[in-house]
Amino acid sequence: MPLLEVDSLTVEYWTRRGIIRAVDNVSFALDKGEMLGLVGESGSGKSTLGHSLVRLLPTQGSIVGGHIRIGGKDVVGYSEEEMRSIRGEKIAFVFQDPMTSLNPVKKIGEHLVELIQTHKPNVSREEALRFAEAALDDVGISTERINDYPHQFSGGMRQRIMIALAIALNPDIVIADEPTTALDVIVQAKIMDLLRDLCDAHGMALILITHDISVVLERCKKVIVMYAGNFVECADSVSLHNDPKHPYTQGLLRTVPNIELADQRLESITGSPPDLLDLPSGCRFWPRCPQAMKVCHMKGPSMVELENGCCVRCFLYGGLEQ
Amino acid sequence: MSVIVDVEHLKKYFPVQKSFFEKLFTRTSSYVKAVDDVSFSINEGEVFTLAGESGCGKTTTGMILAMLMNPSGGKILFDGTEIAGLRSEELRLLRRRIQIVFQDPYASLNPRMRIGEALGHPLEIHGLATGVDKRNRVLEILEKVGLTPPERFVDLYPHELSGGQRQRVAIARSIILRPEFIVADEPVSMLDVSIRTVLIDLMMELRKEFGLTYLFITHDLAVAKYISDRIAIMYLGKIVETGDKEEVFSNPLHPYTKALLSAVPVPDPERKRETVELKGEVPSAIQVPAGCRFHPRCPYAFAKCSEVEPQLIEIEENHCAACHLVKG
Repeated sequence: MPLLEVDSLTVEYWTRRGIIRAVDNVSFALDKGEMLGLVGESGSGKSTLGHSLVRLLPTQGSIVGGHIRIGGKDVVGYSEEEMRSIRGEKIAFVFQDPMTSLNPVKKIGEHLVELIQTHKPNVSREEALRFAEAALDDVGISTERINDYPHQFSGGMRQRIMIALAIALNPDIVIADEPTTALDVIVQAKIMDLLRDLCDAHGMALILITHDISVVLERCKKVIVMYAGNFVECADSVSLHNDPKHPYTQGLLRTVPNIELADQRLESITGSPPDLLDLPSGCRFWPRCPQAMKVCHMKGPSMVELENGCCVRCFLYGGLEQ
Repeated sequence: MSVIVDVEHLKKYFPVQKSFFEKLFTRTSSYVKAVDDVSFSINEGEVFTLAGESGCGKTTTGMILAMLMNPSGGKILFDGTEIAGLRSEELRLLRRRIQIVFQDPYASLNPRMRIGEALGHPLEIHGLATGVDKRNRVLEILEKVGLTPPERFVDLYPHELSGGQRQRVAIARSIILRPEFIVADEPVSMLDVSIRTVLIDLMMELRKEFGLTYLFITHDLAVAKYISDRIAIMYLGKIVETGDKEEVFSNPLHPYTKALLSAVPVPDPERKRETVELKGEVPSAIQVPAGCRFHPRCPYAFAKCSEVEPQLIEIEENHCAACHLVKG
């Protein structure tokens, strides 16, 4: 049984202009120790999907269909109380911006102690402090700094603290939403190394949400590409890199500069992503697709599984007969 | 090729605010040395890139070159004229020739000005065009940056445009006065990858059409490699390495450049990563380490590094580095 199983999940936002379907009928599974990359441009629904897995959607957003099974149990129907008991212990979240996610008037040790004592009420303060020290040690922060405040740390160190908070209770699944976007490349590489080491050491599964396809290809075994609320391609990173199937993935890979290539010719995808309130008929990508056919304007393709186990949502690879 | 911008020993120190007691009891002031003795020159028609991590002084250098900030020391010659200390009328004339594109197209456009007004404003300020003439020039420039049909865009407000379209407006605004030199401060880093290339290509086309010279400021070395002719790598207010793009990327000399390049993610799952490990983090620009400012983090540091500051010297043709380990 997979650690996490998402089955036809649909998430909607209620706005003054109408209902936005930010995540539309997505399914995937995550196994123990796996590193899964979720890539997409802004507005593709990748962060919404991440937030809905821990049920931390803003009030105007809600899960309107589908299932999220964590360790076999469907958490979509969980009350806030029940959800709170599994957040941190089973599934944890690392937010993008460590500046705003830490309480500026609280010592970092207190952040950790509060977390531990909330989930394990009968742990004494001394014991919680020892747990906190161990968590800091795991992420490479000297335990002498346990009484420092967030502003005394650099951006990279704050992101390490965020990771310490996420892994303190030894969750099975960690979701990291753009964990390195605000950081410089050298720090970014160190944080990604840290996440990988932690996954290896604790057997955690990681979902890395990012717009940066270079990071995902370099770090993740499995990759899901999102476009306008849909999954358009799921593949292992090697197949995705060597033989991208979906025209969007193909286009996306041609826009990424590679520092190791000389005289690279970059291309771009014409147009811009659609407004989710005003989606094109048929396939959501057809107005930008160089290979669009007549049928693409008329109906939306469904996910097709290919021989190598990869999945793609495009009529070029079948699915027309239904 | 003639030199259009020549920067010599440029410095920018920001005073650190002191508390009341510090003011009473200490005499010395401390400074953030954002840019600390930087020299380089930019040739006409080329793309010169300043790259480095946050806090290295690349944006401050750009702001000074765009005359939005005064330097604390050093000289900047634009086309032979010293720009520091110019009086307002001369400065105004020079501003026509030097323009800037900012990083954030959401913050750099006035939300209450229609696109047409925002673009026409510089023409009015410089007394170049009014009325129908102004409108025609605005329409012409919108067409040039790919916002077509231009009539549809002149009367829109910035919030009605996407990020990519806003950045096109910012680029249009920077070229409407027909400048010779443009400072582009991270112009694509806020945009989605699928539209980045279009804007980079647009900037390169405009360079050909209008004979522009760019100072391109970026933290993204993959983008830097794609567009530059020459590049300078900055660390803590200083240039540590500079040279022709091919040279710097294929044969980095300075240990910092090597570490920086090795940390850039490569979109290839089958490539083995070989990182140059650096100790610690970038130190504060207030208390800059003695000697080579990179020595506390450098894996190859030796005694001399903590004592003598290395100078930027030419090691190979068109390739300079500031490191005791490399000799010309």
